[in-house]
Amino acid sequence: MSARRIFGRPAGLAALAPYLWMLLFFLVPFGFVVKISLSQVAIAQPPYTPVFDLSAGWPALRAAFEALSLENFRLLVTDSLYVLSYLRSIVVALVSTALLVALGYPVAYGMARLPRRWQATAMMLVIVPFWTSFLIRIYAWINILQHDGLLNQTLLALHIIPQPLVWLSTDSAMYLGIVYSYLPFMILPLYATLAKIDPALLEAAGDLGASRTQTFWLITFPLSLPGVGAGVVLCFIPIVGEFVIPDLLAGSDNMMIGQTLWLEFFINKDWPLASAAAVMLLMLLLAPLLIYQRLQRREL
Amino acid sequence: MPLLRIDSVVKKFGKYTAVDQVSLDIRAGEFFALLGPSGCGKTTLLRMLAGFETPEAGRILLDGMDIAALLPHRRPINMMFQSYALFPHLDVRDNIAFGLKRANMPRGEIEARVAEMVALVKLEGLERRKPDQLSGGQKQRVALARSLARRPRVLLLDEPMAALDKKLREATQAELMELQRRLGLTFIIVTHDQEEAMTVADRIGVMDAGRLEQVATPRQLYEAPASRWIAEFVGDINVIDGHVEAQAEHRLTIATRDAGTIVAAEPRQPLRKTSICVAIRPEKVKLSRRGPVTEPAGAIAMNRLEGVVTDVNYLGGITSYKVKLDTGAVLRASMANTARLELNAYSASQRVTAWFSPDDCVVLEQ
Repeated sequence: MSARRIFGRPAGLAALAPYLWMLLFFLVPFGFVVKISLSQVAIAQPPYTPVFDLSAGWPALRAAFEALSLENFRLLVTDSLYVLSYLRSIVVALVSTALLVALGYPVAYGMARLPRRWQATAMMLVIVPFWTSFLIRIYAWINILQHDGLLNQTLLALHIIPQPLVWLSTDSAMYLGIVYSYLPFMILPLYATLAKIDPALLEAAGDLGASRTQTFWLITFPLSLPGVGAGVVLCFIPIVGEFVIPDLLAGSDNMMIGQTLWLEFFINKDWPLASAAAVMLLMLLLAPLLIYQRLQRREL
Repeated sequence: MPLLRIDSVVKKFGKYTAVDQVSLDIRAGEFFALLGPSGCGKTTLLRMLAGFETPEAGRILLDGMDIAALLPHRRPINMMFQSYALFPHLDVRDNIAFGLKRANMPRGEIEARVAEMVALVKLEGLERRKPDQLSGGQKQRVALARSLARRPRVLLLDEPMAALDKKLREATQAELMELQRRLGLTFIIVTHDQEEAMTVADRIGVMDAGRLEQVATPRQLYEAPASRWIAEFVGDINVIDGHVEAQAEHRLTIATRDAGTIVAAEPRQPLRKTSICVAIRPEKVKLSRRGPVTEPAGAIAMNRLEGVVTDVNYLGGITSYKVKLDTGAVLRASMANTARLELNAYSASQRVTAWFSPDDCVVLEQ
């Protein structure tokens, strides 16, 4: 439907709301961030230069425009600290997303095959952790994983390990935290597509000579791919930018881009560089989103 | 030996018995219809033949081999689903080839068989279409081609034409019969549409509440129903309660409250009770202003009833009438409109004589 047909009707004015929302709360702020990313750091208030001052007149504004530069972006792609942060973020997101698919798919598949009356309960169980704040749940994991935490105590009591192991501040702890936190976002879209598959299709495949394994790989799996895609996008993108989980559970020797960004912004007070890192991150994440959208359009 | 023998099969869902002690023989090359109201167990019976349900008791023999416990993919039986169940991510060609690939048929043979099937159901040129790019009728053809591709010993059809409009349904019925005869295959169709069952099937099995009530040719089913329930389920019928007064020379004299004394032909099965009912199809009831004009000597005595026409429904091929008898009961009659002009039509409130022959009466135990 063309924009004209939507906005032409009075009732269609409501369709303007999301566009206004995006304009006010995404595009305009993003414009500020882009502007700051092209500025230079300064010991001033605000901590960057140049500052646009409309009251100073046209020549001053032009001078301010000419002072903008791509220096921050040059630094981001040449300094190994930033390049490694980006790479680590992408690797962590890839590994976590793979783990999430491997773990979430069987759970979603099992849920979809439960008797109807149990499916709502299973869904509740998946959603229930959201009742507790995300931050509190991550702190709970710190409690479990620390030196004298629940995990080490249990393993010691069962005589599985002779002395406490180091769990906390490792990559394993970080992956555990990420997979734990994002699992519902993988399960729910997967469950939604799996539950939608007409059982008659599976019967038809069996009727035509496919064993149960063949039926899964030839019918169920291909038909669930839109759900896998949605789950992957829903998890991969926020994991790339993840800050809290690696900061609390991983060691401090490797940083993800979210942590680097935080460091630049709050510790080094380098707003322009932090903004450039944010703009760069968004550019990186646009790629998987566009791929996903194209795939979805082909499905239709 | 029959191709398929269903022997005392029982299927329960919890406390509910969906199929209750059904025994049935299907001959090779037969077009058999399972007919019944929804919930009568006909689809469950079909699903047991396909292998989607396992019977609690009884045997299903195909060529003398018990297949009741075999998984669907191990049976030489295919099913055409009511929803067609076409794989949405595969095109027409791959849908038809699906079963052939599972049978590990060589690539060349698959190509040839798919082409043959596509030609059989007249879908040439649509091989690369996905199911959502097809019309309802085309989907139905793909489903048929897919289920026939493996040359099943028995093809099961679950309400295959329920989603088609009337004209397309009639054309498809004719094609289905032609196809079945040409391929010499055994078809079992499940339907709730008695006209469809009578059109396509050689024999019809009528089910009610999990039981197989009668197995007969369409003609037998209509003209000699086995019970009052079947008589009323298949087609329209007048049913008059009464009891046998006398029996002589293959004629029963029946006293009824609604229609006085009726003379009916003696049924082939001896009656066990005297309290019975008489059933007469509306088209067997003739109407006239004075009754049968001449009744040659020695001819069978006709049953005559006097009444007033209350309803006239012109339906094109026939006109159906309701006649309120002098006893207060209502008798339905229908007459073929054999002439274009209104020559022997009756109008409401006209007094008429309704008459029918004893041979047209079916005597049924309640």
